[in-house]
Amino acid sequence: MQKIEKKKASPMEVMKKILGRQIFIPIAALLLLVLFNLIVDPSFFAVVMKTNSAGNPVLTGNLITILDNGSELAILAIGMTLVTAAAGGQDISVGAGIAISGSVMLRVLCGTNPKPEAIQAPIIVAFLVGCLAAMLCGAFNGALVAYFKIQPMVATLILYTAGRSIAAWVNHNQLPIVPPGSFSYFGGVIPGIPIPTPFFIAIGCMILIALVLKFTTLGLYTQSVGINESSSRLNGLNPILIKFLAFVILGICVAVAGLIKVSRFSTINYSVIAKDIEMDAILAVALGGNALSGGKFNIAASILGAYVIQFLTTTLYKFNVRSDALPAYKAVVVIVLVVASAPRVREYLNGLKKKMIQNPSRKEVG
Amino acid sequence: MKKRVLAVLMAATMLLGLTACGGDGSTPAGGDVQGADGGSSSGTIKVGIINNDPNESGYRTANDKDLQAMFTAENGYDATFAYGKTNDEQINAAQQMIQDGVDYLLLSAADVSGWDTVLQDANNQGIKVILYDRTIDADPSLYVASIVSDMAKEGETAANWLKDQGLSEYNIIHIQGQMGSAAQVGRSGALLDMAAAEGWNVLVSQTADWNAEKAQQIVQSQIDAGKSFNVIYAENDDMAKGAVAALDANGITHGVNGDVIIMGFDTNKWALEELKAGNWNYDGQCNPLQASYLNDVIQKLEKGETITEKTIVMDEKGFDAKTITDDDVNTYGI
Repeated sequence: MQKIEKKKASPMEVMKKILGRQIFIPIAALLLLVLFNLIVDPSFFAVVMKTNSAGNPVLTGNLITILDNGSELAILAIGMTLVTAAAGGQDISVGAGIAISGSVMLRVLCGTNPKPEAIQAPIIVAFLVGCLAAMLCGAFNGALVAYFKIQPMVATLILYTAGRSIAAWVNHNQLPIVPPGSFSYFGGVIPGIPIPTPFFIAIGCMILIALVLKFTTLGLYTQSVGINESSSRLNGLNPILIKFLAFVILGICVAVAGLIKVSRFSTINYSVIAKDIEMDAILAVALGGNALSGGKFNIAASILGAYVIQFLTTTLYKFNVRSDALPAYKAVVVIVLVVASAPRVREYLNGLKKKMIQNPSRKEVG
Repeated sequence: MKKRVLAVLMAATMLLGLTACGGDGSTPAGGDVQGADGGSSSGTIKVGIINNDPNESGYRTANDKDLQAMFTAENGYDATFAYGKTNDEQINAAQQMIQDGVDYLLLSAADVSGWDTVLQDANNQGIKVILYDRTIDADPSLYVASIVSDMAKEGETAANWLKDQGLSEYNIIHIQGQMGSAAQVGRSGALLDMAAAEGWNVLVSQTADWNAEKAQQIVQSQIDAGKSFNVIYAENDDMAKGAVAALDANGITHGVNGDVIIMGFDTNKWALEELKAGNWNYDGQCNPLQASYLNDVIQKLEKGETITEKTIVMDEKGFDAKTITDDDVNTYGI
């Protein structure tokens, strides 16, 4: 996504380059959290091998919890970054989308009986149907935003409010339970592999999106539509299609996250599954240093941002901070980010940078 | 624009927050009950039933199903159902029902306040109002009866059960529901009072917002911190399930003959099956089946009797893994 030019530079210029890079923000946040935990209680980082009740070896520890539980968010952050970049707005219906696609998957797996003896369809079929449902939701949002030019937040508010009811309706209000078996591997561990599967799924998604961005023009087009829609159109791009596509890709991400979520407990609770995850996904994008008004983007930074959020959550659990106070900590992060990206502050910082370049001797002191 | 969107968002979030096992703990003291004048004696009784969104939770779904099964033509009722997530929707529905001239208005209010005017209208037309599941902040003379769950009593039943287990020491992980909800306040209060009185050690009281995944993370973080515990008190079944998942992942035994006692609430059918299988130890009931109570009240009024007790608290049981039967699972599982 970003090319680093290798050339000799003075230490100050290197410093400037590091500070200027987008991924610096989530890395700095991560280092801050790591440092805090190292100082207060280094045992935070302990990872031990245990045997679970099924007799399989598993790694446990806070770091594993972060990789495990942050994965859905990381996957969502990929799609959310694209939507943000292309449409200059956010999709707030991803939590509801997870409920819908998860519910569809369970409906296919369980059939009409909420507690079947064996699964009624192959898992891959269930996933593909759930994927289709999530992509349809994405297409619905995308059509409203791209074609009807409705503000993304307003357009996705429709599914945000109605989505969970739709999810419940798909299963006639019942709570299907998938019989024990390989379906639980996606949100748990595969026997013999001690690392939680969600992490592997997230890695898979990351590799996939990296390949797509490398070998197609999607990234470039998305960026140019986000920066200036009319000049992109004059240059022969179709902004409507690009925006629409971004929402559909987010739909796929939602389906993958939905698969992990429903697999964790082999069931679904329509009102609480992936609750408020849209806010975390948006925060991950912001934490990645991406402009929430669209344009240039960095997916790797967003993914890192997602794991930082989970790192924060796990840290707070570790220190028994009340989890209803969690939003307050996140709010602090948002405030810092918003203030830092405000034009006034930017202007001031740029002025400061120029001053530093003019008399570099001051830099060493400051 | 952004601000307005945010405002809408906030409002929507707050509404969604009103989930879980309903019923406001505070019930107004009983006042004078209006004399019953028979109403429509010609066969069917016309009732208007206002409920919350049946998708809200398994509890609500069971509640709605129970009402649907009771108020049928076979049982001599002509029932109209209306569902509303907000007070506004519910009040609109109530006004419609009053215009239609129902005999009884059964109400589970989304919000505790704002009902005075519409209930006054109902009373003026001789319509009797019966509250179920949730109480409201209104003059008790506006309604005939109120049928509720006592969350504090549910908590006490559970805490007493735990005391009866006679463990040599109590190290408890306490997983709370959504903070401030009636179910959380009642169930937390009972446990913490008992813990203080008996000198039990509550390692952590943490809210998981009725969410299994959060409960799993909370328990996992306690295990990672090397804490030893022998009781998990989760304020609903989903959170108990999440806690059990964390124990399973770490190879810690639980349930009957296990190292950790598992306690849950709401008697979901799958939870009672876990109990029957010995994976959990205790499950407390939060009774969503109010239809028979409502029927009793209506039949009494139809016969011209008066309702002496305005607030009717339902019977709620606690189930022990050692004594639960298949019958219990089928009867009380929701």
